[in-house]
Amino acid sequence: MKITQTALAGTLESSDLLVKIEPSEQLEIVINSDVNKQFGKQIRHVVESTLASLNVNNGLIIIDDKGALDCVITARIQSAVLRASKDKAQWSELL
Amino acid sequence: MKKLRRSMLFLPGANAAMLSTSFVYKPDSIMFDLEDAVSIKEKDTARLLVAHTLKLGIYQKMGIETVVRINALDTPFGLDDLEAVVRAGVDVVRLPMTHSAENVHQLEAHIVRIEKELNRPIGSTKIIAAIESAEGVVNAVSIAKSSSRMIAIALAAFDYLVDMQTERGDGQELFYARCAVLHAARVAKIDAFDVVYSNVNDDEGFLREVKRVKQLGFNGKSLINPRQIELLHNAYAPSQKDLDNAKEIVEAAIEGERQGLGVVSLNGKMIDAPIITRAQMVIELANMSGVRQE
Repeated sequence: MKITQTALAGTLESSDLLVKIEPSEQLEIVINSDVNKQFGKQIRHVVESTLASLNVNNGLIIIDDKGALDCVITARIQSAVLRASKDKAQWSELL
Repeated sequence: MKKLRRSMLFLPGANAAMLSTSFVYKPDSIMFDLEDAVSIKEKDTARLLVAHTLKLGIYQKMGIETVVRINALDTPFGLDDLEAVVRAGVDVVRLPMTHSAENVHQLEAHIVRIEKELNRPIGSTKIIAAIESAEGVVNAVSIAKSSSRMIAIALAAFDYLVDMQTERGDGQELFYARCAVLHAARVAKIDAFDVVYSNVNDDEGFLREVKRVKQLGFNGKSLINPRQIELLHNAYAPSQKDLDNAKEIVEAAIEGERQGLGVVSLNGKMIDAPIITRAQMVIELANMSGVRQE
């Protein structure tokens, strides 16, 4: 999917995260997390694998994590990418 | 053993914290809401949140039945909701604003298509129809019998009362609808859920309503606050006196059968088949839910 516009998904509430995506020539991921010391690697892994499964190869992705579970991270990133690309959801790829 | 359906707890589908932690409250069924509790601009992300939460399988591991209230299929959101939650493995889809059997048939046709795509057993996704209009109440029997996937019908008060041009009062305004929905459920041999009690700070009023709908015969209620779960479960549990009496009846029936007696009596009262069936139900309920704390 190609990121063509700025989009947001999620919240800054506890157990959630806010994902902001902007168009960019390269793929750049910035992760700020309240639990970075303990789970930073795992969060990055979930973010990268979710983006890879959606074929996202460009865009600036900024994440403010407030201790979200992996399933929440995946859902919010997918939502933000769909909003930023305007592509229709392909359910077999998302779930 | 029959699945207990006393409590169905509503959870807003857009709330990440509640979705991933609410199993701790242990309702019999948990209902992730994609309809009224989610604003139009959050429908897309709530749908994905609920689907990925379902895929975790936490609720199933805890023995909690998962239900998702999708948006109606004639809205721009309903079909995507259905695609997401069936793929994610939800136990039950709750269809809002069910006015006729045709609404259920439309839903079922889509579920069959998705199940086939996924190579799932046809019929593995169950349905609850929510009845929330005068038309739905009048058609309750055909709705309840519309599909073998149907496990329950639920009465929803808010829209129904608007349709009836009245408002929530002492329960009189829901009497016909409750009786109609309950009879429909019993004709179809499925469960019946009563309406939510929205004043979560009024335990006395809640318990008064629970007593009334339990007496009518409802299996349970839809709930909007976890605080109401324990109150509801306790109210639905048999008392120690009821349990002791039920055990005496069943023992007397077994003894009568052993002696080849056609009619059995206990403490001067005749025990016939319906009384024995009722006593067995009380014992089964006590085994599953425990005994009521007075």
